[in-house]
This record gives sequence, structure tokens and C-alpha cells, in this order.
Amino acid sequence: MDITFLLNGEPVSLTDVSPTTTLLDWLREARGLTGTKEGCNEGDCGACTVMITDEAGSRALNGCILFLPQVQGCHVTTVEGLRAPDGSLHPVQRAMIDHHGSQCGFCTPGFVVSMVCAHLNGARDHDTQLAGNLCRCTGYAPIIRAAEAASAAPVPVHLENLSFHCSENTTGGSGGLAPRVLHPTHSDDLARWYAANPQATLIAGATDVGLWVTKQFRDLGQVAFLNRCADLRGITDAGDHWRVGAMTSLTALEAHIAPHHPSLGTMLRRYGSVQVRNAATIGGNIANGSPIGDGPPALIALGATLHLRRGDTRRSLPLEDFFIAYGKQDRTPGEFVEAISIPKLPDTLRCYKLSKRFDQDISAVCGCLSITRQGQTITSARIAFGGMAGTPKRADAAEAALEGAPFTADSFHSAMAAMAEDFEPLSDMRASAGYRMQTAQNMLLRYFHDLSGQTTDVSKVSA
Amino acid sequence: MSIARPLPHDAAHLHVTGAARYVDDIPVPGNTLHLAFGLSQTAAGRITTMDLDAVRQAPGVVAVLTAEDLPFEADCSPSNHDEPLLAAGTVHYVGQPLFLVVATSHLAARRAARLGKVDIAAEKPVLSIAEALAANTRFEDGPRIYRKGEPEAVLPSAAHRLSGSIDIGGQEHFYLEGQAALALPQDDGDMLIHSSTQHPTEIQHKVAHAIGKPMHAVRVETRRMGGGFGGKESQGNALAIACALAARQTGRPCKMRYDRDDDMIVTGKRHDFRIDYDVGFDDAGRIVALDFTQYARCGWAMDLSLPVADRAMLHADNAYHLDHIRITSHRLRTNTQSATAFRGFGGPQGMVGIEKVMDHIAHARGLDPLAVRRVNYYADHVAPPPEVETGSAAVTASPAEDNTSRGAQPVPAATLPAPPEGVQTTPYHQPVTDCVINALTDRLAASCDYDARRAAIAAWNADQPILKRGIALTPVKFGISFTLTHLNQAGALVHVYQDGSIHLNHGGTEMGQGLFQKVAQVAASRFGVPLEAVKITATDTGKVPNTSATAASSGSDLNGMAVQNACDEIRERIRAHLAERYQITEISFAGGKVRAGGEQISFAEAAASAYQARVSLSATGFYKTPDIEWDRIRGRGRPFYYFAYGAACTEVVIDRLTGENRILRTDILHDAGASLNPAIDIGQIEGGYVQGAGWLTTEELVWDDHGALKTHAPSTYKIPACGDRPEVFNVALWDQPNPARTVYRSKAVGEPPLMLGISALMALSDAVGACGPAYGDLQAPATAEQVLAAVERTRA
Repeated sequence: MDITFLLNGEPVSLTDVSPTTTLLDWLREARGLTGTKEGCNEGDCGACTVMITDEAGSRALNGCILFLPQVQGCHVTTVEGLRAPDGSLHPVQRAMIDHHGSQCGFCTPGFVVSMVCAHLNGARDHDTQLAGNLCRCTGYAPIIRAAEAASAAPVPVHLENLSFHCSENTTGGSGGLAPRVLHPTHSDDLARWYAANPQATLIAGATDVGLWVTKQFRDLGQVAFLNRCADLRGITDAGDHWRVGAMTSLTALEAHIAPHHPSLGTMLRRYGSVQVRNAATIGGNIANGSPIGDGPPALIALGATLHLRRGDTRRSLPLEDFFIAYGKQDRTPGEFVEAISIPKLPDTLRCYKLSKRFDQDISAVCGCLSITRQGQTITSARIAFGGMAGTPKRADAAEAALEGAPFTADSFHSAMAAMAEDFEPLSDMRASAGYRMQTAQNMLLRYFHDLSGQTTDVSKVSA
Repeated sequence: MSIARPLPHDAAHLHVTGAARYVDDIPVPGNTLHLAFGLSQTAAGRITTMDLDAVRQAPGVVAVLTAEDLPFEADCSPSNHDEPLLAAGTVHYVGQPLFLVVATSHLAARRAARLGKVDIAAEKPVLSIAEALAANTRFEDGPRIYRKGEPEAVLPSAAHRLSGSIDIGGQEHFYLEGQAALALPQDDGDMLIHSSTQHPTEIQHKVAHAIGKPMHAVRVETRRMGGGFGGKESQGNALAIACALAARQTGRPCKMRYDRDDDMIVTGKRHDFRIDYDVGFDDAGRIVALDFTQYARCGWAMDLSLPVADRAMLHADNAYHLDHIRITSHRLRTNTQSATAFRGFGGPQGMVGIEKVMDHIAHARGLDPLAVRRVNYYADHVAPPPEVETGSAAVTASPAEDNTSRGAQPVPAATLPAPPEGVQTTPYHQPVTDCVINALTDRLAASCDYDARRAAIAAWNADQPILKRGIALTPVKFGISFTLTHLNQAGALVHVYQDGSIHLNHGGTEMGQGLFQKVAQVAASRFGVPLEAVKITATDTGKVPNTSATAASSGSDLNGMAVQNACDEIRERIRAHLAERYQITEISFAGGKVRAGGEQISFAEAAASAYQARVSLSATGFYKTPDIEWDRIRGRGRPFYYFAYGAACTEVVIDRLTGENRILRTDILHDAGASLNPAIDIGQIEGGYVQGAGWLTTEELVWDDHGALKTHAPSTYKIPACGDRPEVFNVALWDQPNPARTVYRSKAVGEPPLMLGISALMALSDAVGACGPAYGDLQAPATAEQVLAAVERTRA
């Protein structure tokens, strides 16, 4: 297929490239730009971080799981493109030298690009901005000192208002693409094509599909890249609910939801990393059907509705009903996730993400609880867990034990006991079955203490 | 003088612009081939059939090699000739290379390597320490035992006695740059190897052996590694050998780099240990006798496990004086990756053992653990060690052996002087004559406000039903020198050009630790020139031969001295020349100038003048550490030239409902001697601490029941991320000169700070202790799950 984009200010026009060539491989092997590194080839270390600029702005992405079609019409900036035309270093680069932010130097280009992105966007929450970049040498302290030192410096002129191709030249259909690849600009085109080609693979952010290629060597066959379907992206206010397009990134969802449900906002801040959230979409997180995705339990606890489309046929269902069993969802061939509706409710939601490492880790258990009261009586309880079953799943027995009960520790202890009927978790490399059950039960107790005003969050404690 | 200045890493400007070249970044000829291994999916058994037709027919495949196709013995072991490059007949772990794919691209090789159909008659694998003990699979005949005093006799008479055990998990190195090598065939079958290795000489030796050539036919170059941490001391051998063999067969350049999952599945990690203890102590917690049993899980091959297990024994005392002590060490063979060197080399595991004992004693006696630690400290005692020329004892070495490896077998019979009267000795009878741990602890406890914070934490905990905080201050005393005495040598090659610029080379390798910069600072200081005059060059076996691994924290001690000697040799020749020219003996080198009495010329003019007078401006330098001698069988002697000290105080918070925990604050005071570069040393300390804390908290290696590693990528193996570093992180240098005669009186700093991370484990144990009356008996790594299990055990 043919792809055009800007690379460090230079136009690039590629013909006849494989749609699953990663940007990282292309940069290093075809272009000889070896500053961008491969550390893990799965989007978990950030050594391959590049900056992508389009109409939505500039953001950091992992080049190792970014397919070339995903940068169609964008401006790609690599570590080699950060210096000013006169050769002077970016303030972040200067600060990294002055503050001893590099030791072995292998992670450094990725860090520098992430830091430049954050600097460009005025972000100063450095721990969050850099959670997707692993360093094994420095212990991070000097890197943060560098980020802080550089934060006040103005954005270099050459990185302000980076241009990009806004390619309006292709309308629906395959528009110059090989027949096995669809790169639609509207979901109507996608719906038509996918209904006719239901065996095809849909690629949203590629944070999971990327690994099918880089780790499992799967031949994806026919693929459709959804990144240019603008109508599938974005959040609209629909009165009593928000409608969230399937292609809405986790970054956008976090920004929208955090003011309304701060606990979910906090959890989404721990979902993957900046690079992952910039790529990953809520539709992908749901359609993927993973039992350990963090989006579904929270959305189920909020009573979200899923909207599916096949051709011109649309249907809606409660999100929890979508997940039938491990690896099996209520989705017919050719049907895709179009959107999710989140009802506007008073905030009683708490999201408890339990993982070995706080940032950028897959949950061992993700418990999302929304319990409403009238006076001291619990009127409804929506409690959903990830990591406790083959699907994201509600804790029916625990919910039943709580509903109608007084909001007391005893009620929660009863619900904890009842929860033993709800789940039979597995043991794996993330946690044992026993630990999963015990902590899931304890999350009920945490909810009680949390809403009773106790300090229950270790991240809220300082020395 | 550039010495002691906090200069940035020499390559920092290349790191931040992406211009620093690692092996996979080196431009290669267009006909370069790429390699991948086909790996065993079975932990133990015999290969019955290997059908590689699909591999051979896969797109881009040029050749597929099995053990039978290799021209000579291709062995990757640094010690025991027990690691064939490709399995021949038997397989010993999941991940063992079975065949080698040579293809036109990295991706083509990786894809094809998955297509092999290998039938293996599986046998029951030996996976755990318990299984290895039951099956009696071990390296060396039986346990090794070091002892001092009469622990068996004294233990029963102690006022108090405890026994216990701690499991200590292993650790994946997770160098950000995976293993990589590139072989470029040269004239007449010679081979140029670029390798991401800490030990170029070993790569040279192993490659030469595998292609049937003398060592002179192989040149190995290493400019830099993207992290090493011990993981590139021996684990790069297989890739370099494979590249050389494939290059020899095809006549084309061959490159190999492991994908991250392969890297974690194939290569060795830090040894996991179990340490049992039986300790007697008095009312104040002072240990009167102690009996340790250390079990090291070594994996399938010997690699460097014997010296690793030795070093664990040598650090069983940490900073504590023990009159009656026995240390028994079992080196167990299992069907898992062959555990290897990792920063600290067994020392950290040994130290965790005794820190657990301190923690347990303090709980039993209801004492502040720091008070227990202090009453057991070695006495401070600073005296320069005697300068004795040793270490030249005849060694029964064979030229075919890899004598530059820490796994080398020959052992010199040491002649050991009796320790001086009145000096405390280690369990291996080495006098401790440089101890500063008491003064250092006093200063740190004051600066971090230990006592007041301990009280404040207790008050806070009393009010909190869910969260509990904990604090711990732990010491480090780490022995510096290779315990295989003859490795404590280094060479350098220095050229001064006629324009006054200086070409610097030595046997050490750069893996991010800043060695090249420190050594360049030494060179610049010897000639009194600015650092810019010194060109740092890649480690090259053609320039400096027979080097030891850059390991054991020895890099700047050994290579700095060798470079100093080479520089001094040239400087002396220039001085002699100028003395004759100016007829004056007072000649000084400083500020880029050479002063001879009233005359002053630039260093460049001095160099040109010397050249014209036909004075050689090139010299080799050599250094061997004095005053060390060690009998590893008897466990007696002076294995270490000196000790490096440090202490860390860590405060944590835990959640008793989930075991989740965070490090809140860390204060460190560390002894780097008179620092060659305080910025680099502080970088080693901060990074070492976080790496050590990661080892003992979130970094959990999990194997399944069939011996397959389940945590083989950063998605499942969790090294610390940015947010895991202490929110408050104060690091200071003790900054007293080393009493031993090291380069500019500095101290080694590569490994010791890792063990400061033990304070995080002990702080977690302290927080667990706030959850209930019984001893929580926290195990390592203290994942949230382990912390919660310990919290549960505190219920009386």
C-alpha cells in the first residue's frame, strides 16, 4: 500500500509497503534512523517512543507497535529530529546532559522524546508522563530532575506548529490501497466493507494487535485501519448520558471522565502508559474481550450500554452481556463496536486496580464498585471485577447481599462472604487464586472505609 | 584537574540525540545475515527427532545449523565446558537453543525459528530448590562450608535462640539493550566481532575455540552496552559464537540479537536462594552464634555459580562481627536457565540472610531493629592495609581454559599470614581494618531524623486501621576484588599524538556506569590536560589483551590504575626529554601546559618536541591489586583488598487489605572513597538502590510446573517504573579517602549500592509488624501478595 507522511520535516512517500510493517522497523532498517531503539517490541518499555503530530496535536507513541498506515498524513518526529535547525539541543536534551539523566543511554532517546512531547504540551506531571519509559540504570531521579529543569524553557520554534498532511484525498473505499487493506475515513465505509469481509482484522490503536504481529507472527490477512474514521472518535453529551465513540482514545476518555468520576480518572491514569493510552481506544479495549482489561469493569459498574453495528444494522446491549465467556463475545461476524453510552450518575464509583507495579501494569484484580444509598440504606450496588473470571464480571451475590442492607461494616463483611459464590479466579504469573479472592473481598471493605473517610490509598500518603 | 569533578557521562550528548551507537546500530554491509535460535519447549529430556524442513523452506532462510553441523566444539560456558551452543542429544531447560537459523532478515530468522518440529522424550525436570535437594542434583560434590569459632558448641548456650528461613527470588537483568553480536569475516578466516559484552576477552576466547583458530585470529570490539548488570559477563557468548560460525560458513557478515522474550527465556538471571538460619543471641540482640544454610538455585549449567555462591557466603556477615559462625552453601542444579552474574554476584543474597536475622531478633526482643544492628556492627577501625606483593602464586592453568573467567577452575594454594592481634575478622578470617559503618550510621540516622520519624510512624500507625507505615535503616559492607585472585589485573594502552591529543584505551567496558569518563579523567589529570584532549576509544582485544570482565565493581579500580601507570610512563619520558632540553629537573604538567622552570609550553608543544627527539609517546600500563590471597575451599584468607560501606534508611507504607505498598522516602549515605566523579557515583547509588529495591519488591520471576518461565517480557516482569522511586530521595557521599591505595583513593561503586535496597524489604517488614503481634516473616520479593501473606501471619 502507499503511505505518505512527514518525517522530521521531510516528506516521505512510500509505495507498496506491507501494512503491518512497524514504524520502528521501517525507521531503523529502511531509513537508517537508529536513534529510536527496540527494547521490548511490545510497547512496554518506551525505548521506541516517537512523537506523532496530527490535527489532534502532538503525542508520544510506541513505534514498535505502530503500523505504518497509522501515521498516514501525520508528522513523525524521532529523536534525530529534536535539535533545532542550527544544531542546538532541545532544552530537554540539554537538561538530560546537565542532570546526568543518561547512563547506558539506550532508553534515553525514548525518554527524551516523551519528555519533549510533555514539554510541548505543557504537561508537568512527570511521573505520569514517563510511566511508559523504563530505565534500568538511573533509578529515574536524575531524569525527573532534568524534566523539572527543562519545564520552564520555551518550546523551540521548530517544534511549534508542526505541519502535517491532513489527507482529504482519499474518500471511503480502498482509495489507492491494496484490496486487502481498508483505510476508511468514515464508519459507513467500514460497515459496508466489514459486513462483506467479516474475517478481516480491525485495527484501532494496535496496542494488542501489534503484538499479534511482533510476537506471534500472525498473518492478519485482510485488515482495516480505523484511525481515520473521525466519526467513530469523540465524546458527545446526549442529555442523560455520554456517548463515547469506539475510536476514542483512553487519553481522551480519561480527560473527559476524570472530573465526573475521579476514581475512574485515577485508574485510567494507570491504564498502560501515556504512549499506550494515546493509541489504545475504548472500543478496542471492549471488543478485544480480555478478562483483564480495565475499561469494562468500570463501565459495567457505571451501567454502560454497548452499541454494535453490522452493515446498516445497529443494536445495543448492557455492556456486561457482551462478554459471554473467555474468548467469546456477543458479536456476530462483521459486527463492530461503534460506541458506548455512559449514564450520568452521581459519583459513587471507586475503581481499585491491583497490580504488581503501580504504573503500566496489567491488573491482577480490578474491582469497580458503585453503591448508592438512601440515608444509611444501600439501594443499589453495581460491582464488577476484572481478573476474577474468564470475562469482566459482576459480583451478583455480593451485590445482592448489599442491596437493602445498612451501610455498615457488617453489611460489607456479609457481602465479602457472599462474594465467594461469585468467582473462581485462576492462579497465574500475576497472582494466585487465593490472593485474588481475598483482595477482591477486601476491596469491598476498602470501599466502606474509603467512603467513611478513612485513608485507604497508599498513593495518598507522603513521608 | 579533571579528577573529582561531576562531569557528565562522556557519551551523554550522543545518548540524548540518538547518535550513540550500540551493536544493532552499526551500519552493516548489505549482504549481512541475521540469526535466531530455535528453542526447546521442554525442560528435560532427549531429542528423538528434529524435523527442520519447514525452517529451511521458510522465506529468507539461508542456512539452518544443528549441533551436528558445527565444525568444532562450540561451547559457551565460562567455566565448565558444559554449555554446548546447540543442544546435542539432551535438553536441560525450556529455552535452550536447539538449532540456529541464518536468514536474510531478523524477522525472517525469528519467524523461521518457530517452525521447527522437535520431538523430545521428556523426563521429569528438577525445578525447585526442594526438588534439587531431593534429587541431590548439585554442582561440586557436597555443600561448601566456611566457619569461624565454635557455632555448634555455643548455640545451645545462648540466652535466646531463633531459627527461620527466607526465600529470596532471582532477578532478570532487564538491560534495555538486549544481547547482541555482529561477526564480520576478515582475511584468511579471521573474525572481527562486535559484541555487547562485559568480557571481550572471553568472547574472543570462546569464538576462537568454536572456529578452531588461535585467539589472535579473533578481535573483539565493544564500544558500549545498553546496560549489563552482570547479564553480559557470560551470556553474550552464545550470540557471538553463533555469528562467527555462521559467518565462517557463509562468508557473509552475521548479526544476532535476541528479541526481548527470547532474551529473558534463554539467558540466566540472578540466583534465587533460600537461606535458613539458626541464631543465638543475648538480651540486647547481640549474636553469639549463627548457623546459616544457603541454597542457591544455579540452573542447568555451572556458568559462574560457584563464585556467586562463594560471594553469598562471603557476605553472610554483612557489617556484623560474628565470633561463632558457620555458613553452609549448597549449589543446586535445576532444569532452568543457568543463573549467572548479577550486580552483587551473590553478595546481595548473603546480606539479605543476615538482615532477615537482625529483623527477626529485633521482633523477638521487642527492640528497634537499628539498635540490634548497631550492637552487632564491626568496630570502626581505619588503618591502611599492609602493602604486600602477593597474588603471583603459581596456578595450575591450562592455555585451553578460559582463565580470564570468574568461572575458571584452578585455585591457588594460599599462604596466609595470621591476622594481627585485636582486629576483628570476618567469618573467612580477613581482618576488618577499614570499617566506618558506625560513624556512617550515626551520621545518616541523624540526617534522616531516624528516631523522631520512627516515633511519628508508630503514632500514625496507631490511628490507621488500613494503612501502616514502616521504616528501616540497614548497612552495607561489600568486599572489593575478584575472589579469583588472578583476575585482579588490568592493562591499558595510551598514545600521545604529536598534536598533544591522547588516545586512551583499556580493558574495561562501558555499560553506562561511567567507567570511560572516570578513567579519562584520570588520564587527563596525569597529563594535566583538559578532558577534551583525551579520546575515549572502544574496548578492543587487539589493543589490550587478556582482560578480565568488567565486573565485581572493579572497573575503575583496575583500569584507572593501569591507565595511570601508562600515562605516568609517557609523562616520565616527556619529562626526561624536557629536563634534558631545558636542563632543569622541576617540570610540571597542569592546565594544558608544561612548565619547566620559567619556561612554559603547551602540552602539544611538549609532545611535538618529544616526538622530534625520537621519544616514544605510546605506552602500555599494567596494574595488579596487591595484598590479596584467598583459599576458596577452606574459606580463609584475604579475598578483598578493601570494603565499601554504605547505609540506607527507607520508609514505606503498606495496605493491609491488599498488600500494596510504596516507598515514601529514602536517605542514603554511601562510601565511594574520594570520588573520581561524584555525579557518576551518585548516579550509581540512586540507580543501584532502585534496582535493589525492585529486586526485593515487584520483580517476581514465575516459572510454571513444566519449567517454562511465565514472566518473560516487561508486560509480566515488573522492574521499577518512574513512579516507584522514592518520592523523597536524598543521597550523599561519605567522601573520605580510601585507606587502601586505590586510584586517587577512590572506592568501587558499581555493585555496593544495590544492597542499599535491602532497607526497602526491611521497612516493609517493619510495616507488617505494625499489623499484629506475631512475626510476619516476610519473604522476597515482597510483592503485594507476599506482603499480604505476611500481614496475615501477624495474627497471633
